Amino acid sequence: MTFLYTFIIMLAFWILLSGKFDIFHLTLGVISCLLVAHFSRDLIFTDKTKKGRLPEAFRFIAYIPWLLWQIVLSNLSVAYYALHPRMMREIDPQIYWFKTYLKKDIALVTLGNSITLTPGTITVRIVDDEFYVHTLHPKFTSLIKDKMEGKIARIFGEAEK
Amino acid sequence: MLIDIICIGLMSLGLFFFFATTIGILRLPDFYSRMQAAGKGDTLSSMLVLTGLAVYNLHHWSFGTLLVSVKIMFILVFIFMASPTASHHIIEAGYDAGVKPWTKGEEKNEQEGKEN
Repeated sequence: MTFLYTFIIMLAFWILLSGKFDIFHLTLGVISCLLVAHFSRDLIFTDKTKKGRLPEAFRFIAYIPWLLWQIVLSNLSVAYYALHPRMMREIDPQIYWFKTYLKKDIALVTLGNSITLTPGTITVRIVDDEFYVHTLHPKFTSLIKDKMEGKIARIFGEAEK
Repeated sequence: MLIDIICIGLMSLGLFFFFATTIGILRLPDFYSRMQAAGKGDTLSSMLVLTGLAVYNLHHWSFGTLLVSVKIMFILVFIFMASPTASHHIIEAGYDAGVKPWTKGEEKNEQEGKEN
């Protein structure tokens, strides 16, 4: 089954990237996709037993618009601080530390990347469940605990506290 | 005509955010806050510039140009994943090397690069 999924994904990418639809190129694509899918079938889907990956993917896609909006806000805040004439008085950088209740690796990666993309905060270090976050101003940190963590917990089906 | 306007708008916005990012990298006081500007700024600005390119590419509407635009959007997806990861690793390397974060009240450390 994982072999089939890998093959379909590979073939879709082949067709997209080659942009040629004659028999010769499609046959080449099928052959090379079969080979690659055979050799690397356990690269994309490492955990064969896991169920419910599709709803997870849909919930993740539904999360992206919110993240894009946060990226816009974070760029506006960077532009605001960068162009502010008395920038040194406006900023108050701190290293902020918190523990998360998320367990899965993919959830931690998503949280780390989301922290980096949201306004005024950047992930410095992740040690197990401890996050070290550098923030330009303490007011930015509330967003992480209040909203983002819960959203990510819902995407990956983790128990909220 | 409409495509031109959309494209020019997107790319000018992208250039503005690149500009703000660059000023931020130069003006902010220490390594960490400079990385804030560098890590965030390039995500949105390259997204805007690339979207502008993808829209401009649809000038001559055909299946081929559509494919090229989809490829450009794929680049965008990879930037979206790679950029925060890369800036996180740069900043973690700085943390491991013992770079002290600037806190309010200190003088801006202009010698930063020369000391290390």
